[in-house]
Amino acid sequence: MDTIKQISIFVENQPGKLAELTRLIADAGIDLRTLSLADTRDFGILRVIVNKPAETEKLLKENDWTYKTAEVIGVKVPDRPGGVAEVLEAITEAEVNVEYMYAFVNRIPGRADTVFRVDDIETTLKALRSKGIEILTPEEAYCI
Amino acid sequence: MAKYWHEDIETMSLEDMRKLQNERLVKQVQHVYENVPYYRDLMDKKGVKPDDIQSVDDLHKLPFLSKADLREAYPTGMLAVPMKDCVRIHSTSGTTGKRVVAFYTQHDVDLWEDCCARAITAAGGNEDDVVQVAYGYGLFTGGMGLHGGSHKVGCLTLPMSSGNTERQIQFMRDLGATILCCTPSYAAYLGESLHEMGLTPDDIKLKAGIFGAEPWTEEMRRSIEQSLGIKAFDIYGLTESSGPGVAFECSEQSGMHINEDHFIPEIIDPETGEVLPEGSVGELVFTSITKEAFPLLRYRTRDLCVLSRKKCSCGRTLIKMAKPMGRSDDMLIIRGVNVFPSQIETVLIEQGYSPNYLIEVDRKNNTDTLDISVEMNPDQFSDKMKDVQDKEKELAGAMKTMLGINPKMHLVSPKTIARSEGKAVRVIDRRKLHD
Repeated sequence: MDTIKQISIFVENQPGKLAELTRLIADAGIDLRTLSLADTRDFGILRVIVNKPAETEKLLKENDWTYKTAEVIGVKVPDRPGGVAEVLEAITEAEVNVEYMYAFVNRIPGRADTVFRVDDIETTLKALRSKGIEILTPEEAYCI
Repeated sequence: MAKYWHEDIETMSLEDMRKLQNERLVKQVQHVYENVPYYRDLMDKKGVKPDDIQSVDDLHKLPFLSKADLREAYPTGMLAVPMKDCVRIHSTSGTTGKRVVAFYTQHDVDLWEDCCARAITAAGGNEDDVVQVAYGYGLFTGGMGLHGGSHKVGCLTLPMSSGNTERQIQFMRDLGATILCCTPSYAAYLGESLHEMGLTPDDIKLKAGIFGAEPWTEEMRRSIEQSLGIKAFDIYGLTESSGPGVAFECSEQSGMHINEDHFIPEIIDPETGEVLPEGSVGELVFTSITKEAFPLLRYRTRDLCVLSRKKCSCGRTLIKMAKPMGRSDDMLIIRGVNVFPSQIETVLIEQGYSPNYLIEVDRKNNTDTLDISVEMNPDQFSDKMKDVQDKEKELAGAMKTMLGINPKMHLVSPKTIARSEGKAVRVIDRRKLHD
């Protein structure tokens, strides 16, 4: 299935915590492909897509970070007005809920790749493909 | 102007007091043995018969009662008279479903109110006074206890209950309250509010305050005395032994006289249960020798303190207890509510969190704060913020149900709360309640 592994990490809201986490990942030679941070008063959830998900999980586990891995969809959203609206309309039509989404950091002209976390992956993939919307393969996501 | 409420008792010689206590104790042990199967079983197990108790010197032969016993006997297991002979109950704050319910006959209420009348008199009160009772009314003993004592003395009683600070100050001014009864933290708050309203102690007629139900320091006493322009007196009591008025402070303001014609105090080693000589620090134990409905023998208060028979300048001969200097268990009193760390641990385990937690208690703007830090674990974590927040809310709700107060919850990284080999430090109390 063309889904991407996204690792979400619990980050306590404390000075230096985020730096500590990203340094840990960097020192293991892992590349952050993209990330997004959701935060509250006390804590944040850092969601990352990395080039080596399995290694990252092992690293986090060994260093006592709380994390959860989830499958997300990378969509090659056309980089033009209406691009993301069309994708969301297709998902809505299929009666799927988007939990959250964030943009991919990529450098491919004409594309605004976006990560979607949905409550029904199969249906979403089918709906997007039927509209001719392209999906990012894991290889593309991890190694762009 | 009467200096004492019961001069004969309050200035009685030790010899006469012992005689009175011995008579009452012997009768009380008989009453309890006959009417409280729970305590009879404890005595039988220990091999003690009522006949073995002939005087206060035999007290140590009796088994102890603890809060755990009272919970086990909930609701009526400690009741020593038919329920139809009771006229009232009061109840401790604390865990839902695990409260202690104390019963009172009319006679019990009368004696309790007399104890409070002694406290009011010792604070300089008489029938010319206006007593503002700003303790909570209801199941809590504070409001009703001082209210009854104020009636006995013949004071005009303002049954304000707690809260509504503006109205408290308005009534204090308009009706010329002279004695204030409430928790020390509320007294401090009233003092601050008075000044915030641009008023000074000259704008009110208060001359004394009777404050209890929570620990407070000498420093707090001085600050309250200054802000309200009064003399502040301590009062001690617990629901298990009727309520406030078990002991009260006099003009000397150095420890509280115990109403030992009703309550015989002992100081024990909390570890071994051995009775310690006068002057030792240990756990305070009370035996009620006059209560009819809820007569607890050798009840362990868990309060650590010292007793003294040193001569008091007020003329009272009643033994004095120092301000409790801590607890022999880990109970915290937060906003007047009894909180045990074990309750917090229970909720965490039930909700699937790690039993590694840190409780931080502080007092900000005269209000106690309770912060609980809990380690996030993979089972409770999700990449969806809503899920995490829902679980956090569920946890906070469960805490509120268990503790009766709302703690502030903090989710922290795993393994950040210190673990130690022996006793983990799970509680940090920054309130500095003991000098």
